[in-house]
Amino acid sequence: MTAKQHTFVGGLKLDGHKKRSTQTAIHKIPLSKKLILPLQQHIGEASLPIVEVGDKVLKGQKIARADGHVSVYLHAPSSGTVTAIDDQPIPHPSGLSACCITIETDGEDRWIERQKTEDFTTLSEHEIRQTLREAGIVGLGGAGFPSFIKLNPGVHHHVETLIINGVECEPYITCDDMLMRERASGILDGIEIMQYALRVKNCIIAIEDNKPEAIAAMELALATRSHLNNTSIISVPTRYPAGSEKQLIQVVTGKQVPSHGLPIDLGIVCHNVGTSYAISRAIIHGEPLISRIVTITGKQVNKAGNFETLFGTPMHELLAFCDTKRQADEPFILGGPMMGYNLSGDHLPVTKTANCILVGVEDAAPAVDPLPCIRCGECATVCPVSLLPQQLYWHSRAKDLDKTREYNLFDCIECGCCSYVCPSKIPLVHYFRFAKTETMNQELETQKSDNARIRHENRLERQEAEKKEKAERQRQRKLALAATKAAKEKEEAEKAKTAEPQSDDQEK
Amino acid sequence: MLTAILAITIMALIFGLLLGYASIRFKVEGDPIADQIDKLLPQTQCGQCSFPGCRPYSEAIAAGEADINRCPPGGEATIQALADLLEVEAKPLDEECGIEKPKTLAVIDEDRCIGCTLCIQACPVDAILGAAKQMHTIIADECTGCELCLPPCPVDCIDMVETKLNPNTWRWPDPARVDIQVGDQS
Repeated sequence: MTAKQHTFVGGLKLDGHKKRSTQTAIHKIPLSKKLILPLQQHIGEASLPIVEVGDKVLKGQKIARADGHVSVYLHAPSSGTVTAIDDQPIPHPSGLSACCITIETDGEDRWIERQKTEDFTTLSEHEIRQTLREAGIVGLGGAGFPSFIKLNPGVHHHVETLIINGVECEPYITCDDMLMRERASGILDGIEIMQYALRVKNCIIAIEDNKPEAIAAMELALATRSHLNNTSIISVPTRYPAGSEKQLIQVVTGKQVPSHGLPIDLGIVCHNVGTSYAISRAIIHGEPLISRIVTITGKQVNKAGNFETLFGTPMHELLAFCDTKRQADEPFILGGPMMGYNLSGDHLPVTKTANCILVGVEDAAPAVDPLPCIRCGECATVCPVSLLPQQLYWHSRAKDLDKTREYNLFDCIECGCCSYVCPSKIPLVHYFRFAKTETMNQELETQKSDNARIRHENRLERQEAEKKEKAERQRQRKLALAATKAAKEKEEAEKAKTAEPQSDDQEK
Repeated sequence: MLTAILAITIMALIFGLLLGYASIRFKVEGDPIADQIDKLLPQTQCGQCSFPGCRPYSEAIAAGEADINRCPPGGEATIQALADLLEVEAKPLDEECGIEKPKTLAVIDEDRCIGCTLCIQACPVDAILGAAKQMHTIIADECTGCELCLPPCPVDCIDMVETKLNPNTWRWPDPARVDIQVGDQS
């Protein structure tokens, strides 16, 4: 608790708005009749379906397998029948559809046989990673990166510290807070498993100081485990975005993750508390990742709180369960007010990365048209990664993508601090997201056209070679023909020669 | 007087040798400008510019024999990029060559394909897979949408479909379109 505190530059002190959703314990959302499961709920390749329409599935049964290294398995959140495997609208800022498996539940909620492991040390590190991959565990903090990869530091890296992220710095979101209050022991189990898989002793659990209940609950649970003597809980000052991985590492250790680098380069691995809990469920209880805790809050939500929700549950059922006053087409936010994005349809499913549904931000500024930039520089002051948002804005707006790269656009964590403080209300983060996707698209196009050029050149070369070969063959044939002709002529001439003396003999 | 002439002559000789050596030592293979132009072209190899592929067109531009506005697949963006590179005025696309269309992908209706291999021979990037009297199919990732496989097909079983947006290739809309009107009042 008394570890020396470091800090990161910039950031904001925001009003938390966390009280409303922490008044009641975590409730379960009633089982939905229909569960829609997008094949891609994680960073990396989408999973591949291994069930067919009409198949009966059990709760926890694998329904899609990992495709490639950066991918995980997907499971049926409840028992029922697969009714469709097709494109369905998914929660994404684009509002586009993607391939989903739809399950009609039978209400029995019957589990598949679960393989429990009392003592995880009987498994090898590799087996643990494999189990987590097959259990579909991804980072539950928001990004959804497959966890087994982060537990595999490789031979070139030595992990010195495991940081468990319980900061939850974004306003309104309280799912990690409630999880720590109620399930601290499960989180510690997950930490022990991760320490074992990473062969690391030191562990720091970082919790923001606006969650005294969570800190108390975690300390109480930690006190009962004397063997975890290298694990400590530190409270970090409440300042947005302290919960962002790189910023948290800076607060805890004072070290900066280099640009384009990873925490592992500093010997650090960082996992969210929710992920830690999911890992303990997967290894010890044999339960794959089929649900998560979702915060449902906002001005228009009458019964705000945290809810354990099966993946695939349509959001309108959650909103109805929480008695939400909302017009049918009124947009709401998935995620927090700073980094979340607007969704317009409420029939979208809850996915692995859905941490919060926010309907009605309190004292939200009315939407106004942006005014010209007055070059006040506030955005640069609050940027937690020391970028120059103003410069990035000019270049993004002019679509000068090379210049935005020079100004390290890709180090932007899209925290939204710059847009928040901008007196002209310029949607800076929107510009940066736009420039990022444009750059990525341009790279993809270049790659594709380079590929096409190479293929075309190879084809021309091949055609040239074929032509040459054909000409060569023709030449050979001609030569051979000429040779046989010559041979024949010679033979005939010789015959004639030999015939002549014979006739002479006859004459004689 | 004599020393001055001598000095200058010797210096001229030395520099001449140096330049001569440099021109051999640092000789650039190929045509660098044509290479740069070729990099900007979309590499569909469609021939709509009236040249047999992107490389011949870029060489023609480099030699000053062709205009920069003859590439419909590249469209306005390519014309602008070429104009920037060659420091000339951008001009609208030559409609003789075609019009700018959204990106498409060839798809073979596999039930109708008779396996004649004519499209395979027409494809400039070897993106069609198949053999005589066997069904052909298009390798979607390699297809450039050049439409060159359409005319040779005797049963008309190839269709061009617009490439579908998916959440992974989706791009954030340009926010400037909204705020330009407001932001540029000055």
